[in-house]
Amino acid sequence: MYVGGLEKNRLPLPPPELASLSPSLLRAAARMNRLVVRRTLYSNHHPLKCSWKRGFCSGGEAAAAAASSASSGQLNLEDRTFAGDDQPYDLAIVGGGMVGMALACSLATKPLTKHLKVAIIDSNPTLANKLSIKREDPPDPRVSTVTPATISYFQDAGAWQYVQQHRHAFFDKMQVWDYTGLGYTTYDARDVNKDVLGCVVENRVLHSSLLSRIEDTDVQKTIYPSRLASMIRYPSSSVKADDNTWEASYMKAGLVKLEMSDGSSLCTKLVVGADGAKSQVRNLAGFKTTGWNYSQNAIICTVEHSVANHTAWQRFLPDGPIALLPIGDNFSNIVWTMSPKQASDLTVMNEDEFVKAVNQAMDNGYGPHPKSNFSNGSNKFSFLGGNLTMSTNESFEVPPKVVKLASKRAAFPLSLMHANDYVAKRIVLIGDAAHAVHPLAGQGVNLGFGDAFTLSRIIGEGVAVGTDIGEVSLLRKYEAERKPANIAMMAVLDGFQKIYSVDFGPLNVLRAAAFHAANYISPLKRGIISYASGEQRLPIFP
Amino acid sequence: MAAKLLSRLRQLDTRLISPQHQRPFFRNARLFSGQQIPSSDSHPSLPPTPTPTPTPLPPPTAGSAGEKRQRTSSLKDHELAKFAAISDTWWDSEGPFKPLHAMNPTRLAFIRSTLCRHFSKDPNVPKPFEGLEIVDVGCGGGILSEPLARLGATVTGVDAVEKNIKIAHLHADLDPTTSTIDYVCTTAEKLVEEGRQFDAVMSLEVIEHVADPAEFCKSLAALTRPGGAVVISTINRSIRAYAAAIVAAEYILHWLPRGTHQWSSFLTPEELVMILKRSSIDVEEMAGFVLNPLTGKWLLSDDVSVNFIAFATKKAEG
Repeated sequence: MYVGGLEKNRLPLPPPELASLSPSLLRAAARMNRLVVRRTLYSNHHPLKCSWKRGFCSGGEAAAAAASSASSGQLNLEDRTFAGDDQPYDLAIVGGGMVGMALACSLATKPLTKHLKVAIIDSNPTLANKLSIKREDPPDPRVSTVTPATISYFQDAGAWQYVQQHRHAFFDKMQVWDYTGLGYTTYDARDVNKDVLGCVVENRVLHSSLLSRIEDTDVQKTIYPSRLASMIRYPSSSVKADDNTWEASYMKAGLVKLEMSDGSSLCTKLVVGADGAKSQVRNLAGFKTTGWNYSQNAIICTVEHSVANHTAWQRFLPDGPIALLPIGDNFSNIVWTMSPKQASDLTVMNEDEFVKAVNQAMDNGYGPHPKSNFSNGSNKFSFLGGNLTMSTNESFEVPPKVVKLASKRAAFPLSLMHANDYVAKRIVLIGDAAHAVHPLAGQGVNLGFGDAFTLSRIIGEGVAVGTDIGEVSLLRKYEAERKPANIAMMAVLDGFQKIYSVDFGPLNVLRAAAFHAANYISPLKRGIISYASGEQRLPIFP
Repeated sequence: MAAKLLSRLRQLDTRLISPQHQRPFFRNARLFSGQQIPSSDSHPSLPPTPTPTPTPLPPPTAGSAGEKRQRTSSLKDHELAKFAAISDTWWDSEGPFKPLHAMNPTRLAFIRSTLCRHFSKDPNVPKPFEGLEIVDVGCGGGILSEPLARLGATVTGVDAVEKNIKIAHLHADLDPTTSTIDYVCTTAEKLVEEGRQFDAVMSLEVIEHVADPAEFCKSLAALTRPGGAVVISTINRSIRAYAAAIVAAEYILHWLPRGTHQWSSFLTPEELVMILKRSSIDVEEMAGFVLNPLTGKWLLSDDVSVNFIAFATKKAEG
């Protein structure tokens, strides 16, 4: 069983899901000229039927000033929607990244939730003016490996068709091996009777596909192109009983008032924190977190081969794993984990040397190739597993050579963080706001999508029986469903990281043995693949 | 649950005040004074929830002054103070009424599916009950009335206890959707006298507290328009209900003092069908509520041996 646990740790391929990066990038983008935002909002192509709202909860002079300044430039005041100002929002999604938009998209496409009035708070201009991604553009290095479970969520929401219009790469095979040359494992989709193990998609493609799908629907969305500054949950008693303004009545209702950095504000029945690992919602709500940094950095970049790559490759090196993921055409994505010092060296070295270092790392640098198991393997473990999976007989392969660097190299620190609570009355966290994992497994965004679609379903169930969607009893259902799944995956990833952060002879042999075992024990292997595919079941209980 | 807590508080109080007075459930007192509506909300009776027995206690609330008023004048203040103390938590889904909130979605799921079918409403819309007038008899704090309003119904909530109505009012006003609920401190009988009629009549976890269930059902029938629907839930008079509500709750768990409730006041599904039939109401569907002790979730099942809910209709005229 221990071996099983070990193996399970190794299985999540190293997909570089860099969702955790996006908040800072979004923030940087947000600093771009606001006029761009405004212009695009009123161009004919703005993807969301967005109406600008005056901060109806505020009413102070600052808000008025902010509103008027916001309305300067090319903003057409007539376009503002004042109707319904006496109604609070049903939901305010703070953070319009992939996970936040997945929630918005899912809500918008379900019959019981499409009527909900949703505010999206994000200063990212691409929310208002979707990026037009051309097929011939070089791939963005920020990619995600989406599991079959995530793909089916996207299909249900009608967003997968848009992903298919862009560059994406299914892979049906993974090969995992380590530098000691003692073991390797191949995972094949056929082992679990599936067509694919996953699909590598650029984050921007996932994001714009969700936006395109929302654009198809006729939902009430309002974008607040700003950042959350404060969140006020009024206890009912703090409002004077004779104060009959609608604002006071919302406060009495215990609704949440959000104030934005541009002075606007809104009231809502439910605040969804989808604002990433450094979640402002989480901080303002006072949720505690558990987590730590690993003294490791990951480098990500896009590289080009001379031939197309259709396999996900991962090799464990003394300082951490390197992964090579197909992203379509002749491109692959690299996620390479190492010490911060090495990472900064590799980031600044010239491109040719870097390509050479990558090829070495994926081939015979640090140690020999593992021996193919063709001849000797078949009988060794057969008493353990009975029927052998097909890929047992596949021999070790060397990944395709990298010929060129196709993007900038970016390095970022690895860390792990989990919020002790996901929900409170009228507040819920999804995605990296609730749980940030290092990108080794590519599970981060899949966990986030799992959160978003689960929350959407549970809100729908609440609407079906007339529940106030901010009720904590409803939100607890979401937490009860997602927390165990997320913690299990995080434990796997953490253990995995710890095991591979030690370069110690006997342990290396043990790891190698685990590779062998995983390659030969069919139920275990199937379990591992299923788990990595997003089916919520631990591989130790195949 | 609410009733249970109240009962317990009351029990303690009463013992201090008048030890010989054993079962002072004030909501039942109302029944004694000739009013049909129990005071309490449409709270679910948990399997082990003891059901209070109608007892000759004068009502603590104004407007239903009983003959034995002098005996409860002090009690009344106590009661109201206790009620006020916990009324703030009525809507706290993590508070003392947590089980009630936990059961609510389950009974609403039943109501949603039966009413949608009966009134040919599309269940795949957020407000399927639009255009339906529904009365919630024994609405308490409005835990059933509010979801019904969110589902689009025009809701009238009635309760004989003024405090309940006040709490319900206060809470419903917080949401524009539920602020339309018409809460009235009155009884089913009075509504009948006023000639009010509704498309659907709800009375959940109420009938077991009523002095004369047959009379009560007559009132519910009179409130129902021809072709309308009635939904009633209560506790079965079964061995299992006895085990859960009396043996477990009183003797093992000590949730309530021994002898708190009378098993004989429960109705079996057959009896409910019969007394409704006498009022020209036909039960068409029945379901049981079962609590999964591991998840704490209530599920609908065909096991009606403890808690059950019935959907019935009144024949259209002509």
